[in-house]
Amino acid sequence: MQRVRPLLALGLTAGLTAGLTAGLTMSLALPAALSAQGTPLRVPVTVDTLPNGLTLIIHEDRTVPVVTTNVWYHVGSGDEKPGRTGFAHLFEHLMFMGSKNAPYPQFDRLLEAAGANNNGSTSGDRTNYYESGPASALPLMLWLEADRLGWMLETMDVAKVDLQRDVVKNERRQGVENQPYGLVEDHLAPALYPAGHPYSWSTIGSMADLSAASLDDVKSFFRMYYAPNNASIVVAGAVNPDSVRRAFREMFAEIPRGPAITRPSPAPFTVRDTLITLEDRVQLPRLYLAWHGVKEYSADDAALDIAAYVLAGARNSRLTQALVYEREIATSASAFNSSQRLDGDFQIVATARPGFALDTLKAVIDAEVRRLAAGGPTARERGQAMNSIEAQFLNRLEFSSAKADRLNAYYYATGTPDWFQQDLERYRKVTVADVQRVVRKYLNAGRVTLSVVPQGKKELAATQRIVQ
Amino acid sequence: MIRHHLAIAAIRLTVRAAAFIAPLVTPLAAQVAAPQSLFDRARAPALAESPPLIVPVVLTSRLPDGPALHVVEHRELPLVQVTLSIAGGGRLDRDLPGLATFTANLLDEGAGKRDANALQSELAFLGASLSTGANWDATTISLKVARRNLEAALDLMADVVLRPTFAANEVRRQRDLRLASLMQQRDQPGALANLAFSQALFPAGHPYRNALGGDSASTARLDSAVVREFHRGSLRPERATFYVVGDLSAADAQRLLSTRFRGWVASGIERRPAPVLVTPTQPQGIQVILVDKPGAAQSVVIVGTTGLERTNGDFAAAEVMNTILGGSFSSRLMTNLRETKGYTYGVNSGFAYRPLPGPFSANSGVRTNVTDSSLVELFKELRAIREAPVSTEELVRAKAYITLAIPSDLESTSQIAGEMVTLANWNLPLAYLREYVERVNAVTVADVQRVAKQYLPAQSAYVVIVGDLTRIRSDIDALALGTVTVREVGSIVRE
Repeated sequence: MQRVRPLLALGLTAGLTAGLTAGLTMSLALPAALSAQGTPLRVPVTVDTLPNGLTLIIHEDRTVPVVTTNVWYHVGSGDEKPGRTGFAHLFEHLMFMGSKNAPYPQFDRLLEAAGANNNGSTSGDRTNYYESGPASALPLMLWLEADRLGWMLETMDVAKVDLQRDVVKNERRQGVENQPYGLVEDHLAPALYPAGHPYSWSTIGSMADLSAASLDDVKSFFRMYYAPNNASIVVAGAVNPDSVRRAFREMFAEIPRGPAITRPSPAPFTVRDTLITLEDRVQLPRLYLAWHGVKEYSADDAALDIAAYVLAGARNSRLTQALVYEREIATSASAFNSSQRLDGDFQIVATARPGFALDTLKAVIDAEVRRLAAGGPTARERGQAMNSIEAQFLNRLEFSSAKADRLNAYYYATGTPDWFQQDLERYRKVTVADVQRVVRKYLNAGRVTLSVVPQGKKELAATQRIVQ
Repeated sequence: MIRHHLAIAAIRLTVRAAAFIAPLVTPLAAQVAAPQSLFDRARAPALAESPPLIVPVVLTSRLPDGPALHVVEHRELPLVQVTLSIAGGGRLDRDLPGLATFTANLLDEGAGKRDANALQSELAFLGASLSTGANWDATTISLKVARRNLEAALDLMADVVLRPTFAANEVRRQRDLRLASLMQQRDQPGALANLAFSQALFPAGHPYRNALGGDSASTARLDSAVVREFHRGSLRPERATFYVVGDLSAADAQRLLSTRFRGWVASGIERRPAPVLVTPTQPQGIQVILVDKPGAAQSVVIVGTTGLERTNGDFAAAEVMNTILGGSFSSRLMTNLRETKGYTYGVNSGFAYRPLPGPFSANSGVRTNVTDSSLVELFKELRAIREAPVSTEELVRAKAYITLAIPSDLESTSQIAGEMVTLANWNLPLAYLREYVERVNAVTVADVQRVAKQYLPAQSAYVVIVGDLTRIRSDIDALALGTVTVREVGSIVRE
């Protein structure tokens, strides 16, 4: 799961685009519906693996003269050691600080001079790095990725670690401490997952752990996880596959294989009922209800996605209708099935309208969840969810960058990069009875009830009280 | 967590034109090393010559009752994007700031025979995504849907545009929700900084003094009557243009839209912008505005002044200059404040282009105990790019970054339609993109310095800081930048 993007967009960008973002809700990522059910989704690829274990996935698409390179390293915040939370993400920052043949600040300068953008992101399970730009920039993208995979460590030093540590702490200040409701993740993760579980800490990590990260940590982390056998590269766009393969071999083949990696295998657990109240600098109280969910792509995953949609995926969904439209006690409601590689959780979030206590919202949410558990969704609701999900699939195929990242995700999860159609089939198979069953099974279990209330207004927080 | 948020990109997209390059590019074989391996790891691969820019064909016509129609056939996927842009937008708010965005947001809260619930249900069941909104230029209704559901979705879009219900209970509900959202700005340091900056730069009587979303006083006055009047007076066929991109022909687009928008006739009095009799307030020296946010982990900082108009002949030079200053990851501001000093997670600068000249500003969120040092560095960079020529390497990089990235901004149907809409705000066709590339490529080192001197604040500017004043006030005073004023959160949000 990719964490919510940090904050410039919420606060600072508004400086220049306040006008636009305030009023114009047009989105570049609007869903759309698929053509007839019989038309399979295909994103044709070739897959090659070097003797050192590095996999190359090529998707040729010449619709526009654009190319994306997308590298997944199979390491995320879930692989961090105790006392080093936030390290995988800090490391991600360091990957941009130069390598032997492309010393800092060449990485960004060369790519920009080629008309390309780049970035990276860290989740609990993986770290990705991507460059997008004109097709002419592809050799440069591959060369830069090869250099930092093979020849990065020799240029790493304490000064670079210290600098990016500061930058990441600023990122945390901006995204967590200085953000209304920003502290929630710090509290929700350890309440949902038992101590030591890979998902029991936030990806951004704690300030103290970020302070503790050392150059030695960087070196050992790199040697363990930044190895060809722990990565896959997707090249998608207007490319000649033979030329890509040749460049790939030349640039990556000599990088040595790394050690075998032991993945975390957390013990099964159950979530106990937990009540948390945070006072924050907010005007409106917000309620978070979180349950234990499932692993991504596991049997009940798709049904839980559809349950989330039926509950709060559209303006006419059940919670939005009940809370925002009918009773008018909330400003918004949302629901997420956050499934990751090792485990997952299911969350419902609702923000109160001025003057309403969170127990009032909780009572309505509980009643709606009970109603869904008792009767399941209607065929129409299931159909609407399905059509919206199909639309999202098709929409994603418009962007080579989105296709590239999915190809890497599917490859890591299933071993098959072009798994779009199979993924869609998971949803098509979900029946109304399935949705009812998963709501009964997962949303009738122990849960974390977290309230964020304005400072000094604890009386607005949710309690264990059952309000009918 | 991502390495850096591309706030910069968001700005660039609004100012950046976009286009297609010829589908055939130089074969990679010519770009990478030959099989005999001329590959030398010590050298960055040479870049292939960039192919000439080819702008997609736009077929332009007009619907029977007046709206213009621009169509780009784009048949990669069975998808269609239909964007209706109606000139006007927030500049028609007049004495009710927020009216244009509020009316736009209400269009799809009930239309034709359907209430909000039924309308959303129908749209989502079609897998259609319909959104409505307004900016300073226009009201926009945007539909994206699979080709096979286009007809049914256009029926709903026509209802939304022509027959919105504006039922009293829906208007009241949305008004209350907006009031709650305005209330939340009190806790959002970025929003507070932007409001304080606009209120400093634009005097009473200037439309940009207000936020597009209005304020609590103006919102409290919104009701069905004013919304209906705005709809009648502003969403008029002669101001409307449809942009259709996707899997259909221009003839099909003309046919499908004509039947649904026939009879769209203007009624009532046409709404026009209020005359603007005031100009942005020129700061006297450096004017610092402080907003207290006790306990804030960061200070949000804006340094800015009036920018330039989009139609200005210096547009291309200003964009190149800003790319070097703070419009890209490798920009001077980012290199200095983030990558050298570690003061921030991100800093950017840019010009906002609106019907009237919008602001120029540099924005950042900086660690509380380096708020003063960050200001020193910000002003140092603003001065440096005025006082000394940029390097040729910086100039070449900025030009390439702007021009070569154009195709990436036009990959999807929505992006193509979006670029057409943006350019149309300035009466520019998509074909302008070629000219824009030429203009960017013609910018010289001397041009960059000239526009930096002309448009960047240095001796006079507004500085807005939202942070923990007990920890930063004495440091700010010690800088002796200029006059310092403290504004209360309540006065900023209420205004």
